[in-house]
Amino acid sequence: MAISAASSDPTPLAPGAPRSGTTFLGLPTAPRGVGHLRGTQSFPDAARTALRDGQLRANLGRATTTIRGKRAAVVAEVPHWEQLRQAGKALKAATMARLDEHLEELERQVTARGGTVHWARDATEANRIVTGLVRATGSDEVVKVKSMATQEIGLNEALEAAGIEAIETDLAELIVQLGEDSPSHILVPAIHKNRSEIREIFSRTIPGVDPGLTDEPRQLAMAARTHLRERFLCARVAVSGANFAVAETGTLAVVESEGNGRMCLTLPQTLITVMGIEKVVPRWEDLGVFLQLLPRSSTGERMNPYTSLWAGVTPGDGPQDFHLVLLDNGRTAVLADEVGREALHCIRCSACLNVCPVYERAGGHAYGSVYPGPIGAVLSPQLTGVEDNASLPYASSLCGACYDVCPVAIDIPSILVHLRAEHVEAQTRPTAEAVAFRGLSRVMSNPRLWHLAQRAAGLGRFLARGRPTLPAALPPPASAWTRTRDLPTPPGRSFVQQWTEEHRS
Amino acid sequence: MSAREEVLGRIRTALGEHRPVVDVPPVPGPRSLAPAELLDLLAERVEDYRATVLRCAPDEVPASVVRGLDLALGEGWAPADVVVAPGVPAAWRPSGSPEDDGRPAVELAAFAATLTGVATAIAETGTLVLDGSPLSGRRALSLLPDVLVCVVEAAQVVPDVPDALGRLDPVAPLTMVSGPSATSDIELQRVEGVHGPRTLVVVLAG
Repeated sequence: MAISAASSDPTPLAPGAPRSGTTFLGLPTAPRGVGHLRGTQSFPDAARTALRDGQLRANLGRATTTIRGKRAAVVAEVPHWEQLRQAGKALKAATMARLDEHLEELERQVTARGGTVHWARDATEANRIVTGLVRATGSDEVVKVKSMATQEIGLNEALEAAGIEAIETDLAELIVQLGEDSPSHILVPAIHKNRSEIREIFSRTIPGVDPGLTDEPRQLAMAARTHLRERFLCARVAVSGANFAVAETGTLAVVESEGNGRMCLTLPQTLITVMGIEKVVPRWEDLGVFLQLLPRSSTGERMNPYTSLWAGVTPGDGPQDFHLVLLDNGRTAVLADEVGREALHCIRCSACLNVCPVYERAGGHAYGSVYPGPIGAVLSPQLTGVEDNASLPYASSLCGACYDVCPVAIDIPSILVHLRAEHVEAQTRPTAEAVAFRGLSRVMSNPRLWHLAQRAAGLGRFLARGRPTLPAALPPPASAWTRTRDLPTPPGRSFVQQWTEEHRS
Repeated sequence: MSAREEVLGRIRTALGEHRPVVDVPPVPGPRSLAPAELLDLLAERVEDYRATVLRCAPDEVPASVVRGLDLALGEGWAPADVVVAPGVPAAWRPSGSPEDDGRPAVELAAFAATLTGVATAIAETGTLVLDGSPLSGRRALSLLPDVLVCVVEAAQVVPDVPDALGRLDPVAPLTMVSGPSATSDIELQRVEGVHGPRTLVVVLAG
């Protein structure tokens, strides 16, 4: 398996430098120093560490194989799946084209039904708004429904700094939080942990847990139920994300499985929902398309166990104080790119992660962002500016499996190539790779040089010593290529030599 | 400039003057099923989630509710263990079971089981939809007790998700329920029963 890498030392762009010549409109990307969109290492460096972890690879291989099979079975059941997918794609594109109008309508409808709408330019502002809202209730803890947006902005850390405890209630998020770990998958943040590792985390961190706890999944789920039950019943404030928000009715939707979402959305007095601006859909009936596409693509079920829909405040039922925080944090910069904006269509199902040969081997942490896998490789660099996630557009073999399974048909491979071009064009001095390819281009356009080069390449057979690939430990600059790719041993005779010999007579 | 004005302004800048016009292709409707097939499909799909389905004639609902509670709670349960949504017809209720009287939501956790009706049910996906009406009850009612018994009448069953949305009030507090509470968070294998009701019984009348 060859994972292509960016040049080892990409020339960094100045902050705020143009994203590309044609689409640069000066729109700010997600700020540095807050949230979880940037890793500390480049993808190839992080992946190298992950690839050495045999347990991680076994866990990921088992889990993604299971979910791929389930998804394929329930998708095959829907005869008009492709039409649904194209409808989903078109609905998203149509929504983005009128995004400002839909958000204004959403704001009107939510407000008319007793909710309060807040706008956040970026992660820092969203964290400040949520912290202020929690403080105003006098509570020093919040229960949380799993939410990618709040992971993205680093809300838990911001709350902690303000002396507010954030309790993750989704089982996988709880495993990650108790294990002081970070999420590695959009749907199942603890996908990198197997049952016995989870049993170990629970035994170590849950006060009063049954000492006889086994690694049977049902027992582990029951331990989480017992641990969180009291917290749900006492909670005064909940924080959630949103899967969809219907502009014309002001209806918010949260799709979940365990019932922890329902607990958070129903029992506390105050509910704060943080939602990326791209999650709005114009009409109530649009949910009919997305609620068919999402569960089958995500957990491989015909429908997830619980979907909660609410509009503002309902007297006598659920939270009486509802706040909706609309988050930009780089999304408008993505919207400015006519090719890249399709990444905003993502409904966070994670099907692209589960089929990706790179994700399956490297795992989610290697991507350095809360959005891993193929969609993360196109979304994270656009949210931060490609200079801050320069290696991610190269974290793909461009096999296209992600495009095939995407429920809203996002052409991820084309966006990856587009971002690679953007990254290359932004280089102020030529990289070693660019120089090498320029040389190669000259050689390949001249038959005499090409024959000489082929003959010279035959020397590689000595280095290979009969193996099908050359050793990875070639000296620089060749090592920059072979470190992350298999270089095939040159054949004994080239195609041209064989052709000439066979056709001599 | 306020954050609102700034974010909206950024969107307008990003989209420019020439916004794309997108045609949304129509989605084919659900497969056409005879009424009996619709109920068969719903029953099959609900059972797939490892919920219990009890089918009966409309006048047998009370007996089926009792049987469902026997199965879920074990024989010997008391009517006082079961809390009933206020709009559930008197005939369906176990005699002596209290009605949800609007007490603080967390107190509902003391009951062993809940009995409600539904707003609609989706055959293709095996989904029940509760809408916060007196028949469905408020959201906490179908959440806190560990057993949920729902009565579905034949006329409430629709083929697929879009049909259900057409019957629902978008501003009501809605809960779509597809089987008992479950998780796939451990090795992506489905385990039934986490925070919501661990047992779901559907009485399908008609």
